[in-house]
Amino acid sequence: MSRAEAMKPRGFGQTQRRDLWWVEPLAILLGLSGYIVYATWAAFQGQFYHWGPYLSPFYSPEIFGDSPHSWFGPKPAWWPAWLLFSPAFLILWAPGGFRFTCYYYRGSYYKAFWADPPGCAVGEPRKSYWGERSFPLIIQNIHRYFLYVAVIFIFFLAIDVWKALWFTDVQTGVTSFGIGVGTLVLALNVIMLGGYTFGCHSMRHFSGGGKDQLSKATFGLKGYNCVSCLNRNHMRWAWGSLFWVAFTDVYVRLVAMGIWTDWRIF
Amino acid sequence: MSSATFQLWRGSGADGKYTTYTTDYQEGMVVLDVIHKIQAEQAPNLAVRWNCKAGKCGSCSAEINGKPRLMCMTRMNEIPVESPVTIEPMRAFPWIRDLVTDVSWNYRVKKQIKKFKPRPPDNPDGTWSMSQEDVDRVQEFRKCIECFLCQDVCHVLREHNLHEEFVGPRFFVYVAALEMHPLDTENRLEELVTAKGIGYCNITKCCTKVCPENITITDNAIIPLKERVVDEYYDPLKRLFRMFRSK
Repeated sequence: MSRAEAMKPRGFGQTQRRDLWWVEPLAILLGLSGYIVYATWAAFQGQFYHWGPYLSPFYSPEIFGDSPHSWFGPKPAWWPAWLLFSPAFLILWAPGGFRFTCYYYRGSYYKAFWADPPGCAVGEPRKSYWGERSFPLIIQNIHRYFLYVAVIFIFFLAIDVWKALWFTDVQTGVTSFGIGVGTLVLALNVIMLGGYTFGCHSMRHFSGGGKDQLSKATFGLKGYNCVSCLNRNHMRWAWGSLFWVAFTDVYVRLVAMGIWTDWRIF
Repeated sequence: MSSATFQLWRGSGADGKYTTYTTDYQEGMVVLDVIHKIQAEQAPNLAVRWNCKAGKCGSCSAEINGKPRLMCMTRMNEIPVESPVTIEPMRAFPWIRDLVTDVSWNYRVKKQIKKFKPRPPDNPDGTWSMSQEDVDRVQEFRKCIECFLCQDVCHVLREHNLHEEFVGPRFFVYVAALEMHPLDTENRLEELVTAKGIGYCNITKCCTKVCPENITITDNAIIPLKERVVDEYYDPLKRLFRMFRSK
């Protein structure tokens, strides 16, 4: 073998690495694919997304819909009859866009779905490469705008937790304070999503990273350090929140279907 | 005393091939020790670049079992020896001979980056005043030993050979150290987008994973620079804000 040939890029998947480098991109491929399939299925259901004071995060905020959580009542009259309706369709673009343009997920799915590269120091399937400097991936720079919307969503999800503390007795109609397992599930969902959203790289930039003098950071040095602290574990927050938001939907769905019972703790 | 078999990439010019060597090693030895042992006992003409043997000069970069690593910082008990251990030169740079590559492209790139340009001195004696927290952030970037392992593992250079359009993670770290310096007044964002090709980086974090100095290259240098570029070129609200502020 001549050296000139050896210095050429290796073929797809070729490497001298001995470790199980393919496990991580495969796990990401399966994890994200599974999530996309489940979220799409759940969004299309349009039912069993609320129970008592609980509202699934896939449907929150419910702008139009049939549940008591709806802001403006049922499906609007102007909605085209030929177009399937679900309250989730109106809002899921925001968290979906936030995750799709997230710096962590970008690096992950470029590897897992596009093999660009499949792993560090592993041969790629294509010779051409554009990166994020031209269309379509230059659109990833919109990430900060999705962050703005995501922060607002955290606020609405926190309100959902507050609402999940007030249970109405079906027989008497009296509303009283209480904590159910569902309340804790919804609360943990806000904590996980908050850890992910407030540790975002764009948030770190806004909190002071964009300034040359951190002592004059927008949120103060402590604020910047707090965001940086969350950012150091951004990957964990990303996966934790992804799993938990799906589980929260599963929980509300199964309780609404009568398969699971929501135990009252308090 | 244990024994291991190594496959070293050997040759020069257009001809190269793996050559197999079997040698003994003792507890505590690093890969560079074994390479020196092979050089002393079996292959006196083996070319290998090294200097400090302490992970501070960045000379002995190579690919050990396919992973870019410093040979002097890779202990023998860290690598599997059941099958032959492959040692190759870095693949992102022109090969000279055996384990040695020509990394001079990096030095040419560095010269093209706008130099440090401090603001006028704060004090009459020609000195500046800075808060400790303002300089702490760039200290991380100064740990770089220029081993170029991050350049070697970066697929933009290694697989796509875009050396003319993309400067690589090492120089994003260098630019970040200058751009985030509390005294610096130079603006390097335009050249980051154009000549330095920061848009080519797709955030795989491979550079961070191989850095022997544990510099968080992607999260602390490249992404913050990308965000500054977005501020300047891709954020319409920021542009509007700047327009009104300048009036």
